[in-house]
Parts: sequence; structure tokens; C-alpha cells
Amino acid sequence: MNLWQGRRIPLAWLLLTRQPMRLAVALAGITFAGILMFMQLGFRDALFDSSVTVHKLFDTDLVLLSPRTKSSISMSGFPQRRLVQAMADPDVTGTTPVHWNLLLWRNPQTKATRSILALGFEPRDPLFIDPAVTALAPRLTQKGRVLFDDQSRNEFGPVAKWFRQGRTVESEVAGKRLRVAGLFSAGASFGADGNILTSRETFLSLLPNTPPGSIELGLIRLRPGADPAPVIQRLRRLLPEDVNVLTKQGFLDLEMDYWRSSTAIGFIFTLGAAMGFIVGCVIVYQILYSDVSDHLPEYATLMAMGYSLLTLLGVVAREGLLLSIFGYLPAYAAGQVLYALIHAATKLPVAMAGDRAITVFLMILTMCMGSAAMAMRKLGDADPADIF
Amino acid sequence: MTTLHPGSAPPTISKGDGLATVSVRGLSHWYGTGSMERQVLQGIDLEIHPGEVVLLTGPSGCGKTTLLTLVGALRQVMEGSVRVLGCELKGSSRQERQLLRRSVGMIFQGHNLLRCLTAEQNVQMGADLLPDLGYRARRDLSREWLRAVGLSDHLSKLPHDLSGGQKQRVAIARALAAHPRLLLADEPTAALDSRTGREVVDLLKRLARDEGCGVLMVTHDPRILDVADRLVRMEDGRLWASDALVG
Repeated sequence: MNLWQGRRIPLAWLLLTRQPMRLAVALAGITFAGILMFMQLGFRDALFDSSVTVHKLFDTDLVLLSPRTKSSISMSGFPQRRLVQAMADPDVTGTTPVHWNLLLWRNPQTKATRSILALGFEPRDPLFIDPAVTALAPRLTQKGRVLFDDQSRNEFGPVAKWFRQGRTVESEVAGKRLRVAGLFSAGASFGADGNILTSRETFLSLLPNTPPGSIELGLIRLRPGADPAPVIQRLRRLLPEDVNVLTKQGFLDLEMDYWRSSTAIGFIFTLGAAMGFIVGCVIVYQILYSDVSDHLPEYATLMAMGYSLLTLLGVVAREGLLLSIFGYLPAYAAGQVLYALIHAATKLPVAMAGDRAITVFLMILTMCMGSAAMAMRKLGDADPADIF
Repeated sequence: MTTLHPGSAPPTISKGDGLATVSVRGLSHWYGTGSMERQVLQGIDLEIHPGEVVLLTGPSGCGKTTLLTLVGALRQVMEGSVRVLGCELKGSSRQERQLLRRSVGMIFQGHNLLRCLTAEQNVQMGADLLPDLGYRARRDLSREWLRAVGLSDHLSKLPHDLSGGQKQRVAIARALAAHPRLLLADEPTAALDSRTGREVVDLLKRLARDEGCGVLMVTHDPRILDVADRLVRMEDGRLWASDALVG
């Protein structure tokens, strides 16, 4: 069945466009529902994406974690010797220990303190994907120097701005004076509002109670072309129970699963998107139902002329299809703008992801076609015998 | 004046092969069920031949419209036989009736044009029912019919911007654009002034005759009775045939 009979009078299109006010209301409703879905799903995805902004920085194939580590906001330590033991595997080419903890950062302008994620590593170790960060790392060899994430939230003070102006930016972290030696870009997450990188030496001076030889994260790089799965199996046999071996993706998934399952955030945003969907359904149904009701004598006339009920159902279905397309486009455009505004305001990594754009379109399409199907039942009332 | 012969069979005009456009035999119809049951048609016999214009008159509520909807395949036949264009409607399926309706043009008391379509598009809704015709051919056909009803200057006007007579002429063009072999009209002049009404029925008769399609027209309008080849009067669900009226 050809849904778009191009060689006919475009009845669905004319029914919609010859009533501009009703069409405007319908499109406004659909667009509103679409924006609501874009926002809710955008926030949800941003939450999950942002929770791994720091995780994504590392150039690594496998990671070692303490089995007690459930998320980046509560990293537990494990013996650094496990990394040395991992080197015994023939496919392992390099390991890097990383310290990871939340510390209090004092805003250099307002002097207020706020929790910031600090990573400590050997400045000479190649552990970042971004060459810009690797290039800045040698500046950390001097004790008391940090690299500051310029995507951190503004509550940490105008650090990036001051630094770019050439000022010497100093702040107090965990009670110790530190100087900003450079800027890098990662981004705030729901777990951490900002990030700093520092050397292990500086990091340990900030947290003097760290047990000697204890690290929070171990990075393991493999020989190029090595299959990670058997290496993980071998390392799990080799290493004691006090470490957990994961792929980099497993490390990301662990973090995202924490936010997805241990908090209500994912549920709340999904519910928000569902609300948008339901509101949209009600609006589109109202519009299509009243449209069918108003035109009932005309539909009955068409049936009296010999048009089949199926043809008329097709008209309503095409009205639904048109509404979904023309309601989606402005929602998509508004979504792009709002994502940019939200990113500027919250530093959350919200952007128009392709799969979300498709998801929202499919939801709008379902909404419009479902409502059209409901409105079609009214067409059954069109009795051609009544029009004489 | 017309003389009525109660109960007499409607005079049939012999057409040789006897293949009537419409052939109704012993048609009865009821509305409601049980104690609410009310008989609206009682033993109707009627024949309409190709090119013949039959006018049906009678007081309101006498069953004229019911007869029209039964002949137009808009209702299921309960008792008796209704053959339209050789197709028996008694016991016909919904789809058979829908397909038959494509060959039956209908003109309503209200014009029943689609408000969202221009005059040309309304007529094309009729032409679109024709099989095996391209879009362009159907559009040209619609324009020809609008020219035939004298509306070639109003092709792209919406029904809203047309006068009552113009709308009724668009409705006639729409009905004829589907090449009907039977035309049913329910008081087509009711909403028109006498001069316009006269023009419309004259047009209707001329076009129907040219197309060779039979016409069954319900009317109260005494001014147009003379267009009829045959006049049939209905009272209380019975048909009273009059003598041929027109000389």
C-alpha cells in the first residue's frame, strides 16, 4: 500500500494547512513534547557521559582497581606491587600507577572550599590520550604544581581566566599551597565538579596518611594487537583477590552502572521523557480527534462518492506522519540550541547525539501515529447514509 | 396537473433490451427495532433507464431520502430487490457497495464540498476515482467539467469564497467527473434562488443526457418539475406514479 499517493490530491496536507491555527497548536504541542524528551534524555545521557569524562582521558587497555571500588567518588586503594606482578604477563608492555581522590580546593577569589577530583601520577609516564596533556605533564615535576581543568565549574574560582591573563594562580588544596602550572580540558561530572592533575609526590604530600605503596588505579598497556580477553583471564589467575582486572570499557561501564543503578537519576530523567511523550500523545490525539470530528460530514461524503474507509484511514495516518515530521524539526533545532545553552551554563557534556535524535524522532512518530490510530476510531462514525 | 393513480405500477419506458439503470422491486425498509419499529418504505417498484430524468416528490418524512440512500448503495437493503447498474444490492457486501458507489454520482442538499479544497481540487476528488488515468489527465478532466458548469474562472477558489449556486455547480461537476452512470440528487435547488436553481437543474439535465446517465432527483421545488421525463410521487412509503408530465 502506497502511503504517500503523490498522484492524488494531498488531502492530509490540505486538511492540516488550511487550518493554520490548529496546525500551529498541534506543532507547538509536538515540539514541546519533543524538546521535553530531548532535554530529559540529554540530561540522562550527559550524566552517564560526564561520569566518565576523566576515565576517558587515560590511554590504557586494562585497568586494575580495588574490588571495593564501586565508583569514582569512593576509590579504594590496593597494593602497587600488583602492577609489577602484572608485568610478568608477556602481552603487558607497560603499567602506570595513578592516585585518585577527592580533595578540598579553596577558591582563590572567595576563599570558599569545594570538593575537587585530584589525580596523582608520575609526570614522565605516558598515560593520557590527549597529547596536549602529555606535553604539559613535565611542568608537574616541580613539587606543588597542578594542572587545572578549565572545564571545571565556576565555583572553583576564575582560575582558568586568571591563568590565561598571565597571573600566577595559587590556591590551597587540603591545607597545602599549590600553584597552577597549566590548563587541560576534561569537564565536570555529577561526581566531581572539577579536576586537577598533579604529580604523585605532590599528591602524597596532600594526603600524608595514604598507606605506602597503595594506589587507587593501575593502568596496563598491552602489546599492539594483543587480545585483551585472555590477558584478563591470565591476570585474574595470577593476581590475588585484592585487585579487580577490567578493560577500559569495563572501567567506564562500572562508573556508569553506578550512577544508573545506585541512584534514582536515570529513572527520574527517563520518567521525565515519558511525561513529555504522554503530554504529546494527549495533544496530538486532541488535535486529530477534533479534526476528524469536524470533517466527519466531508469524510462521509468521500465514502458516499466511493472512497473506501481504508483510503480515509490513510488520510488520517498521513496527517499523523506530517505532524510528526513538522513537529520534530523545530524540536530538533530547539534541542541543539538548548544543549548549547546548557553546556555553557553547567559544563555538562550535553550534545545532540545521533542515536538520541533518532530515539526522539521515533517517540514522536509513535506518539503521532498512535494518536492517529485512536482518532481513526472516530471515522467509524462517518455514515455516508446520514449525509442526505 | 398531474393525475395520480394509487398503487399503479410505474410506467416503464421500453428500451428494447430492458437493461434498466435502476430496477427496484418490492422494496420495503424499516427503522428501529421491536416496539420502536417503523416502516418507511412499503413495496416500492421503480425503474430508471439510461438518460432518463426521474423526479421524486412528496411530503417530508415520506421516505424519499431513504429510497435515495438505498438506490445509492449507502444502506443495506432489508427486503425486496434493488438492482443498480446490473448489480443486486440485496445481500451485497460493504465493499461491493463501496465499489458500486464509484459509478453513482451524488449531489446533496447541502453541497458537501470539502472545505479545505479548492473548486478544482474538489472536482478532482471525483475524477481521482477513475482508474487508469494519470494525474494530469484527471486534472484536465476536472477543469473541463468546471468549464462545463461555467466556473472556469473560479478554479482555485475555496468553497468559502463561492456563492451557493456556484458551490452546487462545483458539486455537480464533482459528481459528473467520476463518469457516473446514475446520478442521485437530493433537493439540489433547496438552497438556491429560483433563477440559479433553474440554471442548475437545466445544466444537470443537459450534462446527464450527454453522458447518458440516469437521474433520480428528489425535489420539493415546483419550478423545476418540468425537467423531468417522469414524475414519481411518494406518500407514506408508497410510490404513486404520475403520468408522463413533459410533452
